[in-house]
Parts: sequence; structure tokens; C-alpha cells
Amino acid sequence: MATRVIGKSVPRKEGREKVTGRAKYVDDLKFPGMIFGATVRSPAARGRILGIHFEPGIPWEEFTVVTAKDIPGKNCIALLIDDQPCLAAEFVNHPEEPVVLLAHPDKYLLEEARRGVRIEIEPLPAIFSMDDSLAHKHVIWGADNIFKSYQVNKGHVEHALRDAELIVEGTYETGAQEQLYIEPQGMIAQANAEEGVTVWGSLQCPYYVHKALVVLFGLPKDRIRVVQAETGGGFGGKEEYPSMIAAHAALLAWKSGKPVKIIYDRAEDMVATTKRHPSRTKHRTAVTRDGKLVAMDIDFTLDGGAYETLSPVVLSRGTIHAAGPYNCPNVRIRSRAVATNAPPHGAFRGFGAPQSVFALERHFDRVADAVGLAPDEFRRRNFIQQGETIAVGQVIHEKVDMDGLMKRAFELSDYRQKRKRFAAENSGKMIRKGIGFASFFHGAGFTGSGEEHLASEVAAEATREGRVRVRAASTEMGQGTNTIFSQIAGEALGIDHEQIEIVQPDTANVPNSGPTVASRTSMIVGKLVETAALEIRAKLMNSGYLSSEYNATEFAAACRRYADEIGPLTSFVKYEHPRDLLWDDERYEGHAYGAYAWAVYVAEVSVDMRTAEVRVEDFVAVQEVGKVINPVLAAGQIEGGVAQGIGMAVYENIVWQEGRMVNGQMTNYIMPTSMDVPPIRIYFEENPYERGPAGAKGIGELPLDGTAPAIANAIAHAIGLNITRVPVTPEVLSELLEAVHA
Amino acid sequence: MPDRLKKIRLRCTLNGNAATLEAYPMARLLDVLRDEAGLTGVKEGCGEGECGACSVELDGEIVNSCLIPALQAEGVTIRTIEGVATGDQLHAVQQAFIAYGGAQCGICTPGMVLAAVNLLKRKPHATETDIRAGLSGNLCRCTGYTKIFAAVMAACRENGSHTGSQR
Amino acid sequence: MRASVPSYELIAPRNLEAALEMLTQEPGVWRPFAGGTDLMVLLEAGKLPHRKFLSIWKFPELCCMEVSPESLGIGALSTYTEIQSNEILQSEFPLLCRAAAETGSIATQNRGTLGGNIANASPAADSPPALVVYDAEIEFVSAKGTRRMPYRDFHTGYKKMQMRDDELIWRIHLNRALKRDKEYYRKVGTRKAQAISKICFAAAASFERGRISNTRIALGSVAPTVLRAAETEKLLNGEKVTTALLKTARETLGREISPIDDMRSTAAYRRLVAQNLLDEFFHLISA
Repeated sequence: MATRVIGKSVPRKEGREKVTGRAKYVDDLKFPGMIFGATVRSPAARGRILGIHFEPGIPWEEFTVVTAKDIPGKNCIALLIDDQPCLAAEFVNHPEEPVVLLAHPDKYLLEEARRGVRIEIEPLPAIFSMDDSLAHKHVIWGADNIFKSYQVNKGHVEHALRDAELIVEGTYETGAQEQLYIEPQGMIAQANAEEGVTVWGSLQCPYYVHKALVVLFGLPKDRIRVVQAETGGGFGGKEEYPSMIAAHAALLAWKSGKPVKIIYDRAEDMVATTKRHPSRTKHRTAVTRDGKLVAMDIDFTLDGGAYETLSPVVLSRGTIHAAGPYNCPNVRIRSRAVATNAPPHGAFRGFGAPQSVFALERHFDRVADAVGLAPDEFRRRNFIQQGETIAVGQVIHEKVDMDGLMKRAFELSDYRQKRKRFAAENSGKMIRKGIGFASFFHGAGFTGSGEEHLASEVAAEATREGRVRVRAASTEMGQGTNTIFSQIAGEALGIDHEQIEIVQPDTANVPNSGPTVASRTSMIVGKLVETAALEIRAKLMNSGYLSSEYNATEFAAACRRYADEIGPLTSFVKYEHPRDLLWDDERYEGHAYGAYAWAVYVAEVSVDMRTAEVRVEDFVAVQEVGKVINPVLAAGQIEGGVAQGIGMAVYENIVWQEGRMVNGQMTNYIMPTSMDVPPIRIYFEENPYERGPAGAKGIGELPLDGTAPAIANAIAHAIGLNITRVPVTPEVLSELLEAVHA
Repeated sequence: MPDRLKKIRLRCTLNGNAATLEAYPMARLLDVLRDEAGLTGVKEGCGEGECGACSVELDGEIVNSCLIPALQAEGVTIRTIEGVATGDQLHAVQQAFIAYGGAQCGICTPGMVLAAVNLLKRKPHATETDIRAGLSGNLCRCTGYTKIFAAVMAACRENGSHTGSQR
Repeated sequence: MRASVPSYELIAPRNLEAALEMLTQEPGVWRPFAGGTDLMVLLEAGKLPHRKFLSIWKFPELCCMEVSPESLGIGALSTYTEIQSNEILQSEFPLLCRAAAETGSIATQNRGTLGGNIANASPAADSPPALVVYDAEIEFVSAKGTRRMPYRDFHTGYKKMQMRDDELIWRIHLNRALKRDKEYYRKVGTRKAQAISKICFAAAASFERGRISNTRIALGSVAPTVLRAAETEKLLNGEKVTTALLKTARETLGREISPIDDMRSTAAYRRLVAQNLLDEFFHLISA
């Protein structure tokens, strides 16, 4: 069906503000009487707080000082559960855990004061590895260090393994990864008992922050207000963490009676905020001699850090994606997220799937090898087809053509030729080349009954002048929310997308559309935007002021008549979960996601045998995403995601020392520069999802799933050795190469 | 608490206008521009001279303003992102960033645009290799750089089709 | 930002003479501040305990380049950008230009100076290996006059150098008559741009009738200071290039250097790569 503005690369709505430097991020905002806040953090990984000492030489009487006992409501950052304190009271459980807050009008004096607070801690034994956590070396959380565990059972894995013709085993690991949004975390708060609490900040989920502040202050919902400022990147790093910094700013504002601004510098942001969960996956795969999958036994562990935060949900997504877009009659997935004394790990684009997909796609190259098949032939014999079920028992009703995607990706990357040529030419060369791929899928929206529980809402209204305002809690953070919503609404209303205004996400002015995460913004919330727009149109038509064919002038005229003669023209839409999408939380099976994006990515690498440096030389990303609403924005999402995936695969390494990140500077935590990214070529296929707006599915996280395994597979091809963990740093690779020579 | 020293007054040219600013001599030019001169288009991303979000043109050269002490800004000419457009007329690089999707979250964009503008001044016929190298001091986490390259290449072609000086 | 900025004194003496006068009057009290690309990073990290600085930025006497038929005298305040764009340096001392091009970013190259880099004395600095290979001489100026010494003797230990409190670096002298046929420079960093060196290898040698001579090899990031691999040089000089020689040279080099494990890399990696870069240099010589 031909569309007018959907499918067009209209320019980004706030583009002009961004290229002129006029867009206002939280640190650009100033309030009269505003003072600055800072956080004093635990030096120890675990221990009992014996005392807080304020060194002499600082005029402490000028400072606002906040500790746990100043918290009016509950001392926690409310999320799934309430185990994470806002400020440590008696115990600390990770390095950099917040203990004391300070505020003062002078930024420089504030920094001196921050260094002048000494937190005296009696250390307790701490654990820093998944193994130590699982072995209960010390129990630091709950009864057994386990935040959550899942078990997926399809068929009879034990029987199948017993009768297997061939079993291939492998263990794979991924490290922590820092989101590294270029704008560090920040919040401004104003708070007092009369007016309540308002915060402005860099954030993805206004209503998450809202809920946390309601609990922290014990105030009614309408006394808490959260406003999103222009946000300089999030990638999940600003999904849950902003609740913490908002809480801190608000407490200081509450106690001081002044607006308080807290902006983290890069060093603090790196060491104190969330990271991608480190993972370990063990695969035992049974195949027939001609490469058909018989059984998959998968064991998946995530390191969650010191508090639960979002680990159960990250684990959930990782678990559901662990067996991939393949048809296997017997699958068992046992997974758990465990506690260690590190700052809690959290949301990062992909959210558990990059971890489990890395393991799977790396493992399947090895299974192919064991059976004597080319990696792509092995996949081909096992790709899921329409009507078959994935591991959690969801029947794939939509059309799926992984074969077709693979074919296209291979053509565009010259995969077959290069696969043969590199293998033939590498011998004796100082620069070895490799090419590899990953085939994968990513479910959009919240898992299972998640969307039903979110019960997202969107509102819209037409102004007297014929403009239409959309009210949603979805945040723009570069991915294009404002533009996409304008296109969707414009299309639905039959008017120019520039007539659409997207209201700034502010809990006082927008309903709760749920968080801006989980690749749900286009597909789930966008659909609500479409519906809300259609309702406006329907109301105008039902009023008789608008005929079935109309132009812009007629539309505006109808809005004016409606406003003058009937009243405000508004619509309000609430998410309705499709009745046929049933998910069983107990047995962990059923309809996990409304729709999946499907993809095959191909990476070409060169390995310098002298320095063990890996360069990604070329990258092709082919994906089927339902409907591309804005090609430039969509491609931009994939390109940026691939670059982050390249970082995950090759460059980004966190150096831990007793639970603390010690390389927390941009000099020492290495993300790719413009000289490190290859040409990234993006191609979209479209198979419209009937429940998405104009057929769109979600795409934001997809590229993080397949990039690292494609690169790892290419490296393995280049050097003929098994790669089992990322990041593949030169130090790690050179040890692997040396071990062969020894 | 260490002694607190006095602020100095420094005179410089800011986006074409004479400016007098008060600052501690060791204050970062970044903070002076943002807090004293109200030029919040200049961004802090790292405070270590790695990310380039704080890039400004100083006496015609691109520098990281987080690494310049206020004292050394005495008598210089500074251009920030706010000085790139001429009134409402955007620079070719800014227009190209909009048309080609070179900005996503926008936080690296001011520094990136300035670096690109400066690059095209020095290399009006920049190749993609020149652009990759010329922007390597500006980190972007959102775009993977791909559309930034496209935008700067387009601006380069646009510049090439005009006779007359580059700004 | 971790610094008490108001507690730092930074003053700008009106000229070089006034600066030298201050350094002589109050030795050790004032430290020179050039482009700031090292000192400001330390300041912001809260790692700059010294509080009183003298800005020597743009003193014309320190900015120029002296050219004579025998030598070049690079002013201490020459920026990396100026070094890269100097035609004589490009054609006669390319390793230094390579080092300059790979230091930081264009923005830091516009402000970073050769003198500042030398005085900061990071073991990972990119220019020192090139300077050692070129047998550079370093000249200092003070109220008392000037003095010269071989650059290779300047760094005596980690952040320890042969420089008085009343002195400033004046010139770095390069000998235009230095004999060499083949030159090699390679920095292995954490990524392709804006990378701190994990290991940096500079070398030059002559190659006549199948034998190596005039070998100079210098490395960064493998010792507390820039290291001249004198033993390896001695081993190679006068010898024919063979696989056996290379093997022995690798072993010798491996023993001469003392890399460490740090947050950026490992001793094992640095040692292995140093040896592999020696291989690459060999290939270049015998090509």
C-alpha cells in the first residue's frame, strides 16, 4: 500500500537545534538560585559503615549534607524490587556505592568537600566472580546469591542427548561493556513539601524515575513530576540509572530548599553507573551426522552485580534468545543471574541477547565444523520456517526467510568467494583475512505479558489551527522518536508530518507510554500514536466537519470548527494486548514477542599476525524489519549499533580490580573512532507486521546481537583458531596464537 | 583548604565579537565559554581531551577547550558552534548534517561540525580518507560515523561547486 | 572535573627573559606550562599537586626552527602540527613526523609541543623513540645561558630528568648528516587514532653489501623511560641479515626491555610485539 510520508527520509525534527548547538541538554539548563550537588561513594566493595568523617578545613556549615536518614519515604530506588538503597545506611555492597550527598553553590569548593568526606568502613569478605557467587563462597544477596533463574524446556533434552550421534560442547564468555553515551548522566531537581518534587534530566524513562521518587519521598503521584531534557545518548544506560541520580538531586533540593544540579564527570559516570552484564554460556548440542539439530542444552549465567535492579528481565531476554532462530525439537535452557560485589549491571542495548547470541552463533560455527559442513549450510538445514516453534514454544506465524536474508547478505559481501580465497591465501601472510557471519533474530517489545502489564497510553489533541499534538512518554535520544511519531501521525491523519508536534516528555503532560527500551518505541508505542491519530480523524469525520477526501486547509478548517462548536478535540488510547499472544510465566513458554526482526550480518576482518590487532574491514547488515518508517534514521540505528558491536567484539574491555572499574577514562576505555569503523552497508527487507504502525517492527537493539559473533567468526576463520570470548583484545589473541606455536 | 586566588579578566574575540570574561587563570576554557559567556553549545563529554565534544576554533585551529586554561585565551579569536551559521543561514556542513542524518542524539554534533568546518577550510577537496582522519578526534557513539562521512563529503562537494572563500 | 581550580596560580610573564628570571629567583616554585595538553589532563583528574605555573606559551624564541646545512634546531614550543607540516622534517626526519601525526588528535596536535612532551616524560610518549634514533641533542636555556646534551641521556628514570629547576627546554637539535638508509617507525596503540601507545618502535640502519651498520633502535612503553636497545644494536652491527641473526636479536631485545603489566596491556604482549616489530624492521632492511 502506497504511503505518503511513511518510508520517506524526512529530516530529523530537532535537527536544526542539534547542528546549531541550540538544543538544551540538562547541563545547559540554569535555574535561579541553583546550587550543585556531588556524591560521596564507598571506597570498599563490601563492609559495614562505621562512621562518616568530615575533614577540617572545609566550611561545612555552608553545605547541605544528606545521608540515608534524611530520606522522607523508603530508602530504595524502586524498580522490580526494593533491594537497592538510594544511599547506603549500614552496609555497602559495591565499590562506589553512594553514601553521602553534598550541595553548595561553588562547584570548585564542592569538589574539595567531596574529597574531604571520609567514609570509615569495616570490610566484609566480598566476591567478584560468577563462580564464587554460584559456589556461595560468601552469600551477599538473598539466601543464595541468585537474583533470578529460568528454565525453558522443549521436548526431552536428556533422552535426545543420550541417543545423539554427535555432541559438540563449548563454553563462551562476554565481558562487561560501558554504554559510553557522550553526554554523562545529569539531573536538576526542585523539591519541597508544599510543591512536591520536579526533576529535569537526561533519561529514557520518565515514569521509571517518577515511580522511584514516589516511593523515595512517600508522596502522592501527582506531587512528583519528571521532565526529560534533550538527552545525549542512552543505549539503556539511562533506563534505570537516572532514578538514582534523580533521587540524589531531589534529596539535596528537598533539604536545601534550592534547585540542585548534579552532573557526573566522565570518571564518575564510568565507575559508578551500570554496565552490560558479563555472561557465561555453556552449550551442549546434539546433531545428526548430516547436521540436523536434535537437542540443545544451554546453560546461561549473568553477573548482576550487587543488587537485583533489572537482572531478571535481562536474563529473560537472554534466555529466550539463547537458542536462536532455529528449529530444534529438544531444547533446555537453564539460566540464572547472580550477585557479585560490583556496581549493579544494567540495561544496555540488546539486554541479554547480545550475550546469549554471541555464544550461540560462535558455537554453531564449531558445530558445523564438527559435522563437516560449511557454517552457512549447517544454519540452512536448521533455520526456523513459518509454522515451526522456537525454544520457548512460540509458533512463528509470520513469514520468515532466513535463507533469503543469508543469500542477500552473502551476495553483498562476496562471502563465498572471500571465504575460499582468504583460507587459500592466508598461509604465511603477516596480515590474515577472515570473513564470518551471524544469523539471528530479536524480539521487539516487552517479553510475554510485559506489554500487557505496562498498559501503555498515548494521547493526542488537535489545536484550533489544525496542528496535532502527540503526548507520549517515549523519549528522543537520537534514535528518531520525535520524527517517527510525526511521520506515523501525519500519515494516519493525512496531513504534513510537520504539522505534528511531539510534546516534551513530562509526566505532568504526557501519559505513561512505558519506557523507551526493548525496541518497542516504533512498534508498540508507534502503533498507539497511529491509533490516537486515527481517532482524531474519525472524530472530525463523525462530526461532519471533514469529508473523506480533504486537503491541509480543509483539515485545519475542520479543527477550527470542531474547537469552536463542540470543544477540545482529543483522543486517548491504551494498549490492548492481543488475545492470541499467550505467555506462561511459570513454565516460561508461549508467545514471547509479538514480532521478531530477522537478520544476517557479515563481517570481514584482517588480523595483523605481528601485533594480534584485529581490524574490521567491511561489514554488511541485512535485516527484515517489517516496515522502514524513515530509511535514513533506520540505517543510522543499524550503523550506530554495528559500531557499538564492533566495540564489544574488539575494543571495549573493562579492567576490574576488586569490583571496581580501574580504566574509567575515555583514554583507557576504548571505543571506536572514525578511523576504526569499516564501511558499514545496510540493507532492509520488509515483511509488514500487521500490528505495527504501517507494519513496522522494532530495530533498535537488533544490531547488538549479531555484530560481535559475526566478527568472532571472521577472526576464527582468519587464524584457524577457536574464539570463545569477547572482547578479542590483542593481548588475548596473541596468547591464543602463541599457545599454538608452543 | 588551599588558598583561593583571584580571577583574571581576559579579552578575546568570541564569534566575531569582542568579549571580556572573568575567570580563574587555570579555569578550563570550556567552563568559561559555557558559564561566563553562556555558549552552552560547547559540550563536556570527557574532561580529558579525548572526545572532542568541547572542540572550538582558536585562532583558526581546532582545539579541545577542556584543555585550554583561561589565561591562555587572552587575546585570541575563538569560534564556537554558535558562530558557524551566519544568522539564519546554516553552513553547508550544518545543512548536510540535517539532510544526511549526521546528527542523532546531537551531543557530539557541535564539536563534530566545527571539526568538519575546520577540515574543509584546510582541505577543500577532502577525500573520505581525509575525512576519516580529520574527524578522528571527535567521538560519536550513536552514528557509527557513516552518515557523518556522507554529510561531510556532501558539504565538500557543495563547497567545491562554489567559487569564493570558505569560512 | 576533580581540581580545585581557584587554588592554581598560572601567570604569563611578558617574555622569555622575564620567565627565566622568575625560574632563577624562585627555583622549584614555578613550573613551566606550555600547550597544556598533558598538564590540563592531570589537573582535571585531580592529579596535579603542584600549584604554581608559568605560562611560556608562544614565546617567539621557543617557537622557531633554526636551519643550517648541518642541523635543524626545533624550537621547544613547536607543536605537533607544525612539525608534521615542516618540509625539511618531512623529507629528512620522517620518523619524527610520523610520531607527531600519531600523537593524540588534530586538536591536541595543534596545542601539544615537542618540549612539553619531553618534559612530561611519559614512558609512552610517541616522539622520544624517534628522537633517540636520530641521536638528537637537547638544548636548555636559563638566565645563566644555554647548555646542550645528548637527548638519550636526558631521561634517567621514571619522570626523572637531567634538567634544573631554572631551565627551560630551548631547542631539539637534529643532525642532518646522520647516516641511514632505512627508517622504520611503528606505534601499536589501543586503536587507530587517539591511542596511547602500548609499544612504540623506532629504528634506522644502513645496509651495505648485505650487512647492517649504524643501527639505532629505540622503544617506548617498554621501560620507565624511552629505551635505546644498545645491546641489540651491537649484536646487529656489521652482521649479515640471516634468520639465525634475527632469532638471536629477538632474544637479546626481549632481555633488554622491561615492559610491565598495566591497565592498557601486558608485559608479555609488549615483549612479543617488540620482537615482532624487530622482525618487521628486518624485513624492511633486507627488502
